[in-house]
Amino acid sequence: MKPWRNPGFWLPLVIVLVWGAVVLLIHQDTMRETAFILLMAVGLASSLNILLGYTGYVSFGHIVFFGLGGYTGFYLLSEQGWPLFAAAIGGGLLSALIAGLVGLAVLRLRGAYFALATIGINEAARAFVSNFEPFGGPTGMFVNFSAYQKYGGPGEALWITFIFLWVTTMVVLLVSYLVKHSRFGLGLLAIREDEDAAMVMGVKAPKAKTITYIISAFFPGVIGTLYFFKNGNVEPGDAFQLHMSIEMLVMVMLGGMGTVMGPLLGAVGYQWLRGYLLTSPIFKDLHLAVAGAMLLLIILFVPAGVVGWVRNHFRRLQKVLE
Amino acid sequence: MLDQLISSLTDGLLLGFVYGVAAMGLTLIWGVMSVINLAHGPVIALGMFGTYLLFTHLGVNPYLAMVPVAGAGLIVGLVIYVIAVHRVINAPHLSSLLATFAVNMIIIGVGTAVFSTSPQNIDYSLGSVEVGFLTFPASRLVGAFGAILVTACLYLFLYFTRPGKAIRAVANNRMASELMGIPSSRVLALSFGLGTMMAAVAGGLIATFFPFTILSGGPYELKSFVICVLGGLGNPLGALVGGLILGGLEGLIPTFMPVSWVPVVEFGLFVLVLLVRPSGLFGAK
Repeated sequence: MKPWRNPGFWLPLVIVLVWGAVVLLIHQDTMRETAFILLMAVGLASSLNILLGYTGYVSFGHIVFFGLGGYTGFYLLSEQGWPLFAAAIGGGLLSALIAGLVGLAVLRLRGAYFALATIGINEAARAFVSNFEPFGGPTGMFVNFSAYQKYGGPGEALWITFIFLWVTTMVVLLVSYLVKHSRFGLGLLAIREDEDAAMVMGVKAPKAKTITYIISAFFPGVIGTLYFFKNGNVEPGDAFQLHMSIEMLVMVMLGGMGTVMGPLLGAVGYQWLRGYLLTSPIFKDLHLAVAGAMLLLIILFVPAGVVGWVRNHFRRLQKVLE
Repeated sequence: MLDQLISSLTDGLLLGFVYGVAAMGLTLIWGVMSVINLAHGPVIALGMFGTYLLFTHLGVNPYLAMVPVAGAGLIVGLVIYVIAVHRVINAPHLSSLLATFAVNMIIIGVGTAVFSTSPQNIDYSLGSVEVGFLTFPASRLVGAFGAILVTACLYLFLYFTRPGKAIRAVANNRMASELMGIPSSRVLALSFGLGTMMAAVAGGLIATFFPFTILSGGPYELKSFVICVLGGLGNPLGALVGGLILGGLEGLIPTFMPVSWVPVVEFGLFVLVLLVRPSGLFGAK
């Protein structure tokens, strides 16, 4: 079937397209900041979903690619004077390269061992970057103010960063769909169900897993560069927060793993809830506990996530929600 | 130079015993039910606060306070198992990882609201001990002794009592032990409770060494992962040895390079062992 006839293909893209366009038209700073955080969450969750949802490998340290890519991009941008576009791609490529190297080794592990190894890699990377002097050590780096001048001052630069993030998010969603509906993606789904059986049937599991890992590491690197450029500084504590990895997992689980639409809905839903809890007078001290309780309820009672649940209960919507 | 080396090594090893206890809890849970308990850190922190509250408000000796703290730890573990873990025990790893992480968030969230994140400490000193040229705080020595005591109790329990034997049977083969009439759900709950009990005790012991906050459990949880992998996941004695190795490393590394490199070495070693010998340094292939 031609992909553009399938609502599952264009629906997520159109949602993000319209959303970003509305923000650009209204041109309001607070709205842009909110949309930036949300789009970032969507991009990160979707890229994690490419690994988690399709191959079933749980990466607890996916934020390591956000951090390392962000650091590299920031370094290229601020210290070496690269343009934003090139620096972000550079950050993404470095993340992808590291994922390739790490993946060749770590992806031999399965299940919980893989999950543990990813936690270890995240902690090791954070400790390493804290000690790595070119990246500013424990204090991190600040953006060289002249970097903003190229884009017509800080105000304009932030809008350009937003547009770039908006496009990146759409690309992630597009890649997510294409992977799922390719022959390659079918192989990944087979690995998720039973890796040994998949290998017997001719799926080259080690290669397929490594490629998936590389794809899902590239985008966090790009997004990291954009995020830290927007913030104006980068430091180890911000870049490798284990709980951000977990939040990404929660978003994917909330929306439904292994779906294209799921991470989009999950990320927006989670961020909205988090914002609500943080600002509500009753829950503001307890927002973490409430979020935890919600996560627990989802895992115990709706393990397929929102999109998975809808797909299982309303057959007609299966074509609309991919 | 050698004196300094030996004294920092001793210090690290004594601390290593306590790390070992925390890791033993984690490894016990993994060995019996293949669940990685991501709520381990917060339980360690609860152990710290339990000891602290008993000491400052009721004036209980912090070492005596270990007994009620251990009891509370067991109950907390049973509750966590029944609410969060039992339903996902046969589900893929992702579910149990996320379920225990949800418990982690709940405990940290409530704990932060109740205790805030300002550091506390137990103001109780046993003075220091001198052995030859070595001088170290007596609390380290008592801590290490407590850790050995807990390990011995666990060993005796697992090998010489009926519930302990049931735990080992379920760890070995859950289906077969059910066929032999062992109520596996109850045994799983008990093992989870024992695991969190060890975490709470380790927390109590650590609280006598260092100041702590409700978030302090996190680093010890990560150390426990490293230790478990060093000693072989599911092997309690390996966990104690792994704890000693980690403690020794923490003592030795700062004499050669800046302290901030310690985590790089620790986690590098962790990933390396996972890759080369996922069964641990002492596990069978």
